[in-house]
Amino acid sequence: MKRTFTALILFMLLACLLAFTATAAAQPAQKNVILATTTSTQDSGLLDVLIPMFEKKTGYFVKTIAVGSGQAMAMGAKGEADVLLVHSPAAEKKFMADGNGVERRLVMHNDFIIVGPPADPAKIKGMKKASEAFKKIAASGSIFTSRGDNSGTHAKEKDIWKAAGVKYEGERWYQQTGLGMGQTLAVAAEKKTYTLADRGTYLALKKGLGLDILVEGDGILLNIYHVIEVNPKKWPKANFAGAKAFADFMVSREAQDVIKTFGVDKFGSPLFFPDAGKKEEALGI
Amino acid sequence: MDIILEGIRQAFILLFSLDPEVIGITWFSLKVSGTATFISLFIGMSIGTVVALTQFPGRHLVVSLINTGMALPPVVVGLFVTIFLWRNGPLGFLEILYTPAAMIIAQAIIATPIVMGISLAAMQQLPRKLRLQILALGATRIQMVWILIREARLPLLAAVMAGFGGVISEVGASIMVGGNIKGYTRVLTTATVMETSRGNFDIAIALSIILLLFAYLINLVLTYIQQRERPR
Repeated sequence: MKRTFTALILFMLLACLLAFTATAAAQPAQKNVILATTTSTQDSGLLDVLIPMFEKKTGYFVKTIAVGSGQAMAMGAKGEADVLLVHSPAAEKKFMADGNGVERRLVMHNDFIIVGPPADPAKIKGMKKASEAFKKIAASGSIFTSRGDNSGTHAKEKDIWKAAGVKYEGERWYQQTGLGMGQTLAVAAEKKTYTLADRGTYLALKKGLGLDILVEGDGILLNIYHVIEVNPKKWPKANFAGAKAFADFMVSREAQDVIKTFGVDKFGSPLFFPDAGKKEEALGI
Repeated sequence: MDIILEGIRQAFILLFSLDPEVIGITWFSLKVSGTATFISLFIGMSIGTVVALTQFPGRHLVVSLINTGMALPPVVVGLFVTIFLWRNGPLGFLEILYTPAAMIIAQAIIATPIVMGISLAAMQQLPRKLRLQILALGATRIQMVWILIREARLPLLAAVMAGFGGVISEVGASIMVGGNIKGYTRVLTTATVMETSRGNFDIAIALSIILLLFAYLINLVLTYIQQRERPR
């Protein structure tokens, strides 16, 4: 018994030692680039392709922290991230105006869609204007499931409610999950409610979800991703060189080509459309 | 129901095909949680023993605090460790946020009160007369404590199991301080959360089964050691 006890302790010591050597072997600090991004870029699998390419090319080590766009920008504004890949244009403009970012470059876009149960109780299928569809959902009292997490999708949803001129906060039919896109879609599917989703996440989860695309193609539904380096003048600890290398990579021909074809083999259509070098206005807002 | 069967099938495929990513994540989970449990054993057992064997004013308060600590929510620990380790936080100079080291720290903080609380209860349960007897036979204080620890080894192994079980299964702190970075700080629980939000329910179920399997295997070994010799 005593021997087993000692053996156990020895074994744990060894495990401890192993773990620490593994930790000590980590890269030097300046090689680390903290990328704060939205969940859609990670959940769609796009970053799993792009980041290894970038790391191999430059030798940087990217720490991807996938949160909502709101939290990503909050991290950037506190100097806790080096580079942001986000999709919440109005909040991004404020972020830049506050001097938190160095440069804001257009990377890609896809679009938001209004999804809901095939039965479509509010009768919005095929409507051209997202705001009109939202009005009808509100008027019919059908439940709308919101992200409610300050993400880019949530910000867009609030824009549409504003355009529709509907009071939604505190309404009985308006429910907030406070979760990511994937989980919110699962909740909406389970409860047969309407929600706003980015097309990429919807396509990735489509099988077995039982939610249909009801409204798409309105200009307001455009979903635009920008890359922003955090201002090193404000936060000297930020790894600006690494951030710039990552941002440059995201708008490079190489990355843009990957974005163009990503998802085609799996979903039959691309999840994102590369836009590097274009003007935001040219996308048709 | 189909999805669960598919998940079980996936789990076996992933395990037996030795999928390098899954093996890496599993090994890393065991390493992080094992190290954290080990650290918590040192701190938890020594403080637990001291509190159990001494009398001092305010002892009830300390014991109640330790027992409350056993229910410390991982997300609360995660939040505070994150704030402390931020670049511009009080311990930012360490530059260990989003590293395995940060995860070990957070998990050790979660496991320590668990180990402490159970050690405290285990040591207190020993008959008081045993101490007098050991001392009467001429043992020094340190020898006495060592004998008492050996006497309480069976419940102390329960402390190890509870501590390890607490940290290998937690997700809140690991995802906050580790960031779920692929190939670096991704553990079984955070990978499960991510695969669920990606809609890959079969892989998520497979990862859960692997997690349960390893938790079971480790507890099986510990239980075997614990039960092999029943207390006299």
